Amino acid sequence: MTLLEVEKLTKIYIVGLLRKKEILAVNGISFKVGDGEFVSLVGESGSGKTTTARMILRLLKPTSGSIRFQGRDVWSLRRIEELKWYWRQVHGIFQDPFASYNPLYRIDRALNQVFNLIGDTGADRRSLIKDALREVGLRPEEVLGRYPHELSGGQRQRVMVARCYLLKPKLILADEPVSMIDASTRAGVLNLFSRLRDEYGTSVIFITHDLGLAYYVSDRILIMYRGEIVEEGPPEEVMENPRHPYTKRLREDVPLLYRRWSGF
Amino acid sequence: MVLLESEHVKAYYMVRDGYVRAVDDVSLSIDRGVILGLAGESGCGKSTFVNTLMMNVRPPLYLIDGAIILDGVKISEMDRGRLKKEVWGVLVSIVPQSALNALMPTKKIVDFVKDIFRYHTEMSESEIVSMAKRRFEELNLSPETLLLYPHELSGGMKQRVVIAISTLLNPKLLIVDEPTSALDVSTQKQVLKLLIDLHRAKIIESMIFVTHDLAILRQMADKIAIMYAGKIVELASTDDILYNPMHPYTRGLVNAVMTPESEVRKRGITFIAGEPPNLLNPPPGCRFHPRCPYAMDICREVEPYILEVKSNRRIACHLVESNI
Repeated sequence: MTLLEVEKLTKIYIVGLLRKKEILAVNGISFKVGDGEFVSLVGESGSGKTTTARMILRLLKPTSGSIRFQGRDVWSLRRIEELKWYWRQVHGIFQDPFASYNPLYRIDRALNQVFNLIGDTGADRRSLIKDALREVGLRPEEVLGRYPHELSGGQRQRVMVARCYLLKPKLILADEPVSMIDASTRAGVLNLFSRLRDEYGTSVIFITHDLGLAYYVSDRILIMYRGEIVEEGPPEEVMENPRHPYTKRLREDVPLLYRRWSGF
Repeated sequence: MVLLESEHVKAYYMVRDGYVRAVDDVSLSIDRGVILGLAGESGCGKSTFVNTLMMNVRPPLYLIDGAIILDGVKISEMDRGRLKKEVWGVLVSIVPQSALNALMPTKKIVDFVKDIFRYHTEMSESEIVSMAKRRFEELNLSPETLLLYPHELSGGMKQRVVIAISTLLNPKLLIVDEPTSALDVSTQKQVLKLLIDLHRAKIIESMIFVTHDLAILRQMADKIAIMYAGKIVELASTDDILYNPMHPYTRGLVNAVMTPESEVRKRGITFIAGEPPNLLNPPPGCRFHPRCPYAMDICREVEPYILEVKSNRRIACHLVESNI
């Protein structure tokens, strides 16, 4: 079943005051995400992947094109109940989420806010939060009561994943969610997305520049280049049999553990 | 021939609650011509260690004990004034982690070049500039770059410019600290190539490459030192570290690498549970024991020494020791 359908999505930024200049950030892309599917959007900085995520999350209005979630046009949702429904189902995780949080509030607030969307389930909130934090490899006593700046980047990213674990949305949009987590423990956090998928049928759109991460976690990889999706397929096929010149170059430029680049 | 030798170096940060033992009794020697990779998780003391190796030690960081000998000179006994004149830029240069932001935005690139020479030589300004031009050409960087402002350069270009300027005086040792962590893979490769070219052209003799990315070290390093909680736990050739890691921590690091290749997919990916310890109060015995799947009683009590278990292989682990 299709959960999300993006069709001919385009975003043009207009910059400059006097001499206006148009920048085509996303150029008519179309793709679908199925129930419980793990899709990676891979590309370098400036390829339009974050812009795409922001449009899906309703943070940025598309210039043209449509985004349909469970058959409903996301940008025609108006009433607060409709929006709440959408945010309950679709959850975003950003590279440094606390960059947009008020630094004067403790971490606890970001976790407590989840319950505004879930509503009262009768369960003890505090213990749910603690369980979620343990799931992402954090010790609750080291995190709760702290301010964002007191945690490392990796810890903050883990808190955001814990939030997903509390919310159990239908779709997670994760934009470089583990970029600040050490490579040695990254797999543990990524496993959590897979577990949400297996246990609750959560779909994931995973946005990254790291082809290696995408290769291991996804069912399908979309390669994005200059605002367009230039290649799409299962991870093995994209890696072993890339067709687009950009994908080929990307594959050659990723450092591997068991092969040395020629000329190095 | 040894270029750099550190003997029982201890460097601690003095904080309100005591000492943070970021570098705790580390002995290491680097031969001439060698590219050494220094790997480990964040917070394990890698950056502190390399800064200590060049005596870039400022409060709250203090060199508590040990000696550092670079190119036959005991730099651990020099004051800051002498280090600036005789050591930094001449014998050793560092490209720090935040190098991309190190360039003052209101100055042109050529002004940074003039700056370094003010400390080190008596050359005239025009000589300095023409020397920089020649070097930029040699490294396939357009000499016109010198007349640009930092914001006019892309991230990769900025990093290459910082590297080119840091090596203008042909330092014997170049230290690079996570030079490509903020860059896209294609740009990253260009920066790494520049470093290899500097080494091939013998502009620098040896290099220490600090990173947590073992796949980059596969491309760059002859040897790899693995650092954990302020100590070096394993030191061996790149092949030995990647194909036959012996320390449980090294094994954990290698098995967590997620590079898109069939060998890795077949082997499977695991992760190391837990976090590195707080170095204000590191665990007794082996510092890795709380996270080690093979921890024995002795590991909780006795600190393992780093021993040469085979030729060119040094490991600090009771388990490996008991199996010899």
